[in-house]
Amino acid sequence: MATTAPAPKLNHIGLPVLEYRGGKTTLCAGCGHNAISERIIDAMYQMGVEPERVMKMSGIGCSSKSPAYFMARAHAFNSVHGRMPSVSTGAILANHTMTTLGISGDGDSASIGMGQFVHMMRRNLPMIYIIEDNGVYGLTKGQFSATADLGSKLKTGVVNDLAGIDTCALAIQLGATFVGRSFSGDKKQLLQMLKAAIAHKGTVMLDVISPCVTFNDHEGSTKSYKFMQDNDEPINEVDFVASFDDIEVDYGSGEVYEVEMHDGSNLRLRKLQEGYDPTDKANAVRTLMESQQNDEILTGVFYIDTQKPTFIDLLNLVDEPLGQLPESVTRPAKATLDGLMASLQ
Amino acid sequence: MATGDLALGQLEGATSVRERVINDFSINVATVNGSGSQSANSVLLKSIFGMGVPVSGKNLFPSNIAGLPTWYTIRASKDGYVARKRASEVLVALNADTAREDALALPSGGVAIYEEKLDLKQYREDVVFYPVPLDKITAEICPEAKLRKLVRNMVYVGAVAQLLRIDLSVVESGLRKQFAKKVKVFELNFGAVKAGFDYAAENLPKQDQYFIERADQTKGKIIIDGNAAAGMGAVFAGVTVVAWYPITPSTSVVEATTDLLKKFRVTPEGKATFAVVQAEDELAAIGMVLGAGWAGARSMTATSGPGISLMAEFAGLGYYAEIPGVIFDVQRTGPSTGMPTRTSQADLLSVAFLSHGDTKHVVLLPGSVKECFELAYAAFDLAERLQTPVFVLSDLDLGMNNWMSEVFEYPTTPLDRGKVLTAEDLDRLGGFARYRDVDGDAIGWRTLPGTRHPKAAYFTRGSGHNDAAGYTEKPDEYIEVMERLSRKFENARKLVPGPVTVKDGTSKIGVLAYGSTDFAMRESLDQIKKEYGRSVDYMRIRAYPFAHEIHDFVATHERVYVVEQDRDAQLASLLKLDLPADQVVKLRSILHYNGLPLDARTITEEFATKEGL
Ligand SMILES: Cc1ncc(C[n+]2csc(CCOP(=O)(O)OP(=O)(O)O)c2C)c(N)n1
Ligand code: SF4
Ligand SMILES: [Mg+2]
Repeated sequence: MATTAPAPKLNHIGLPVLEYRGGKTTLCAGCGHNAISERIIDAMYQMGVEPERVMKMSGIGCSSKSPAYFMARAHAFNSVHGRMPSVSTGAILANHTMTTLGISGDGDSASIGMGQFVHMMRRNLPMIYIIEDNGVYGLTKGQFSATADLGSKLKTGVVNDLAGIDTCALAIQLGATFVGRSFSGDKKQLLQMLKAAIAHKGTVMLDVISPCVTFNDHEGSTKSYKFMQDNDEPINEVDFVASFDDIEVDYGSGEVYEVEMHDGSNLRLRKLQEGYDPTDKANAVRTLMESQQNDEILTGVFYIDTQKPTFIDLLNLVDEPLGQLPESVTRPAKATLDGLMASLQ
Repeated sequence: MATGDLALGQLEGATSVRERVINDFSINVATVNGSGSQSANSVLLKSIFGMGVPVSGKNLFPSNIAGLPTWYTIRASKDGYVARKRASEVLVALNADTAREDALALPSGGVAIYEEKLDLKQYREDVVFYPVPLDKITAEICPEAKLRKLVRNMVYVGAVAQLLRIDLSVVESGLRKQFAKKVKVFELNFGAVKAGFDYAAENLPKQDQYFIERADQTKGKIIIDGNAAAGMGAVFAGVTVVAWYPITPSTSVVEATTDLLKKFRVTPEGKATFAVVQAEDELAAIGMVLGAGWAGARSMTATSGPGISLMAEFAGLGYYAEIPGVIFDVQRTGPSTGMPTRTSQADLLSVAFLSHGDTKHVVLLPGSVKECFELAYAAFDLAERLQTPVFVLSDLDLGMNNWMSEVFEYPTTPLDRGKVLTAEDLDRLGGFARYRDVDGDAIGWRTLPGTRHPKAAYFTRGSGHNDAAGYTEKPDEYIEVMERLSRKFENARKLVPGPVTVKDGTSKIGVLAYGSTDFAMRESLDQIKKEYGRSVDYMRIRAYPFAHEIHDFVATHERVYVVEQDRDAQLASLLKLDLPADQVVKLRSILHYNGLPLDARTITEEFATKEGL
């Protein structure tokens, strides 16, 4: 009897999940970054994003290598340490019709790349910026990064005596329009946040705690699996309903903060902390600062603004990608040069 | 009074024996920066130009916003020489702090036109003095105190014009053009010019020998600075993404580009077909340029030495990952902050090898404002053809000063967007390897993000990669890519703008130079011929890697002088790396690096000493 393999499940653009996979990972087994890559694959697949319409951008670090391990059908640019924001900015200006996904590390963003990170957030370019945050420099063998929490301990016993930089509080303050924190081990939350991120128009900054099993997963680390499992404090429960999903979810009114996204999808944030309003910028920053004082690790969507113009809006760019405009548009006519010459005579 | 009369009497006698000097002298306007004299000086320059006399202007300014001495020199030259001259025959003294020094610098028989209060007569007896009560005249014609600073500048323009016999009508039409739509402003300015002109006509009888006479040598010519020309070149190259961080003397490249883009690159619907981003620093600027170049845009930045240093790491990424982009470096003096408002050519080596590892770059070397325009658009074609960052090396003298030029010609070839595969190409080919040399020209094919084909994507990285853009640490795969890059650079010798040669074929002595050195160099060759009866062959280099003709030039001469504006003989060093060992010994250097634009006399004297003439 002939057997036929069951047809693979296809997403709404007709692609199987296989088409969202990348090369085999060379990161350590159990590295949080791998789990994030998996969630990115799921989210892109479920959202039906055409892989060829994605640009994968990164800096340098274990985290920044990971674009090689998902979505092989998307162009990738693994740039230099800490400078992914500027390269992304240029790429987006050349083609703002793409879905742009930046992968960075806590060292890549919060130390060497802090200058570019800050200005990227400020511009609100349309892109998803993910910090795969393990509190250490994985690739250079485990030195503390600037997001390591005060009092966190290295394997060697060295204690971090500087307070960590909260990239979420910073991003909110600076102008990013979708800011949240998740944990590589929280499949459901991370997937929902990534799907909402894909639907958002503007800069999404996600700080994803992503344990480094080799250098920072021990007792005394505040970025270990165990510590996260014990201390993860979701501020809201994230539920995303895509525009093409025909699902009605009903929460009792008052408990859910519902955000209508640009593409018609819905982001539903079930309030776990009383009265938390994710559109209140000042409150979001204060909440994060308080949580740092209380040694809490808040996760969830902290802030969202669907109205703020992006940098592309501010530049008033044409709809077509700048990089693909024909010569007839980009090179002014001979008469223009003649006119200029006449004015200089 | 008596001494003054005596001095005048002596000079009058002197003038009668001296010949008139027509259309061949320099004017030095000494002011303080922030006094708004820039536009008055430009009116003066354009008036001489309007008289049909070849002219150039140089602004010697401090790195400061207001209150420090500034000199603007205007050289009129019937022979068409536009380089700096060491001394100016005519002084316009407006700065009390430097008045003494400025007066003492005049050659005997020179002219001092000055604010009466400065009382310059005390310093010299052998120059002609024209005191003008600028403040008094200004107060009379301009009741509004706020405007007096600017009006006063126009008063001296009028007095100078009258004394040098520049037609008032020429000044008038120049002003009219400058203030095309602002009739009120024109009237205010021209009124001031006229007041100065009339004062001189009534009170200052001509006693000196310097005259501007109408000529016919500027017809069809334009006046422009190199940075404006470069910006224009970029716009006619179809630039779409500009990222920059302000730094003198490159800022005006981007300002000029932006102005033109706003005028000529907005759709009827009011949408921009360009993006100009003031980045957070030069690291970000070049990062944006490479990101944009990678994604298919024609992108550029402009900077100067300190910015070049910051761009180093990215420059290596651009070279190794093979990404187009154009970087203008308008050189100023270093090391470090150096003298930010003084000119230099001392970035050549650091630009040619910018970044760590085995990195080298294509560098274009414009030698005139016209070439700032032409090499700017050539740079974009080369960057996309060769898939690499291309540097355009200008300098403060060329970039920020006003030069007379032939009109710029519209590019005769369409944009060369280089080797890019489309989705249809991929259908046909079934796939591609990004860094494979399939055509034997050492240049691979690339695809742009967004190309709708499952085989379109590749992974761009600055880490070791093989010809299929895969990560590698394998020795032979690494070497294969590095050797192809080397071949590509070798091939670039034939693609970059070739040298320009002036020779009669008999001389055993040659000269090599590039960039703004050309102006003084050509004048010096005439001096050497006239004063020593020697003819010297001259080749002006226009790009690195060096074209083969440059090797031939050295090979066919006994001695070759390399004239350049830096301390360490950087061009000569670069040539030495390139030339066969037996040719290297032929090179000798003539160097100038005090921050002032190079003048012909400096080269001529140095040449004569070295040649034992
Ligand atoms: C200019 C520069 N300095 C230093 C390095 C070395 N380096 C490589 S990765 C890295 C830290 C990466 O840390 P992080 O961004 O947190 O990534 P992780 O490996 O932890 O995922 C450093 C310092 C470099 N590549 N470039
Ligand atoms: S060293 Fe740490 S961050 Fe790097 S791959 Fe291993 S677990 Fe991941
Ligand atoms: Mg890290």
